[in-house]
Amino acid sequence: MKEIGYARAADEAVQEEFRRNSKLVYLATDTQPELRSEFGEDRVRVTPISESVFVGTAIGLAGSGYRAIADLRMATFGFVAMDQMVNQAAKITYMFGGQTHFPMLIRMSFGAGMHWAAQHSISPYSMYMNVPGLKIILPSTPYDIKGLLKTALRDNNPVISFEHTLLAPLSGEVPEEEYTVLFGRADIKKEGTDVTVVALSRMVHEALAVAEEVAKQGISVEVIDPRTLVPLDRETIGNSVSKTGRLVVVDEACQTCSAASEIISLIVENDNIFRRLKAPPKRVCGLDVPIPYSPPMERYVIPSRERISAAVRQVCHS
Amino acid sequence: MAIDNDTLVRLYRTMLTIRRFDERACQEVKNGAVPGLVHPYIGQEAVATGVCANLEEGDRIISNHRGHGHLIAKGADVRRMMAEIFGKKTGYCKGKGGSMHIADFSIGILGANGIVGAGLPIATGAALAAKLDGKGKIAVVFFGDGACQEGEFQEAMNLASIWRLPLLFACENNMYGVNTVYTYAIAGGDLVKRALAYDMPTISVDGNDVIAVCEAAKSAIDRIRGGRGPYFIEFKTYRWSGHFVPPAIPDLRPKEELEVWKKRCPIVRFERKLLEDGIITPPELQKIERQVMELIEEAVTYARESPLPAPEDALADVYSA
Repeated sequence: MKEIGYARAADEAVQEEFRRNSKLVYLATDTQPELRSEFGEDRVRVTPISESVFVGTAIGLAGSGYRAIADLRMATFGFVAMDQMVNQAAKITYMFGGQTHFPMLIRMSFGAGMHWAAQHSISPYSMYMNVPGLKIILPSTPYDIKGLLKTALRDNNPVISFEHTLLAPLSGEVPEEEYTVLFGRADIKKEGTDVTVVALSRMVHEALAVAEEVAKQGISVEVIDPRTLVPLDRETIGNSVSKTGRLVVVDEACQTCSAASEIISLIVENDNIFRRLKAPPKRVCGLDVPIPYSPPMERYVIPSRERISAAVRQVCHS
Repeated sequence: MAIDNDTLVRLYRTMLTIRRFDERACQEVKNGAVPGLVHPYIGQEAVATGVCANLEEGDRIISNHRGHGHLIAKGADVRRMMAEIFGKKTGYCKGKGGSMHIADFSIGILGANGIVGAGLPIATGAALAAKLDGKGKIAVVFFGDGACQEGEFQEAMNLASIWRLPLLFACENNMYGVNTVYTYAIAGGDLVKRALAYDMPTISVDGNDVIAVCEAAKSAIDRIRGGRGPYFIEFKTYRWSGHFVPPAIPDLRPKEELEVWKKRCPIVRFERKLLEDGIITPPELQKIERQVMELIEEAVTYARESPLPAPEDALADVYSA
């Protein structure tokens, strides 16, 4: 094992996959010098600020025997390439009757906490969950981002990787040797018996902090990180809720039609799990407002440890 | 440039196949055999035919909503096309795409597209793949005058130019985006000027003259294959039908305009030329007509007799393995 940062782990995944696949191409408005010097400007291409065309270029490459990474940098810029992602990348395999694969990876950073205001702080993954044909990954640790990006770069579908801006400097252990993290395998970040907390991306770390805090009050929290939203590991989440009988979902995105809403629906629709519930499940999400600029307001609208902790205590005492 | 007689006859046959295919597809819409709609290519046959005549194996095309002509000219199987339009399991896309989304990746057709302008970025990727492959192959994107007002047009033209991609921008200016005339929609009214602004060689040609189309496309494609970057051609043409069939939107174009353009029918003009130049005889023309009609009839029979997909087939092909 070695200790590296989240951003570094992502770079390693890209480098390793570039070495094993000569058909891999990187497209971004600015590219990493280290990657460019090792693999050349043909494969590591700087694009103008033209998100639609470089996402579309990734699709055209995919349909022509290549595989591209379209790095949008920030999720907010994805909206100007929405047609290419939603109407093209997601549907193209299906519309053409599965004639060919469209392997591509779209990377976006996302999330609040940098005081970058409404446009640059959005967490829009649930919008993409509503679009069949896309796979969605949400890595929360250096280990996960490296392993998930490597899987994404071997998957034959369009994959969107949502990488929280505040996680970039986070350090963690990563094996020296080759490994991947498969899609659809949630990770139980901490085992517990009283309540299941499903947390997404950065919220995994907030949930772990809360779990430690409420442990002092005798509440045993199981923290689950789904790691990929599409496909979603219903089984691990379901088994955990069956065991604990209580569920809190922590998701930084706006609450309405969120990933949290979907996870709770899946749980309560399941007869066997529903019967084992000891309390109504709860969502701890971003408030339904655009992310404000000024720190007191920004802190107020995204899930805090206090709100997570209150929800955990509430489901345990109801 | 002299085009040999066999090629001339082949051009004629291709144009006629496109014409008869779309006439029949429109008829089948009226007959109730087509669940959705078709955007007929009738009137524009010379463009797809003349451009695709210059393509070779390994070249790729990206088509648009009015795509039947491009597909036939690139060599698609009319039986599987018709079956797709009929919504049958044996169609190119197993009934999942219909008229607007036909593709045949095995022969370099990367698909028709229902979103105006959306094929341009995808074509940029196909051209980048050809450049990276380094085998002298190219990509062609077909789009209309309407697509030129989309942001993706500017993005693709610019990127193709700065990367010197082997891409032919084949713009079919049929004068109308649905009912909006291009002189209103296009500032300055001149698409060639736009290409020049992207530092791209360009020419405007009569899109109803298959020889002019073929020659212009050849000189552009030769240049593109030589690694000298993208090329933009405006083909001036006209669509004979309303925007799509069955007509849900009224056709507001001046009626007399259609009469003028029908006199410039690309097929009739070419037929006259072939006869005048002694390249073909009337009996030979009749024979081609008969063979084309047989082919189309066979396609319709194939489509009609093919099974519908099972409802649950809807669940397959969302993801690739």
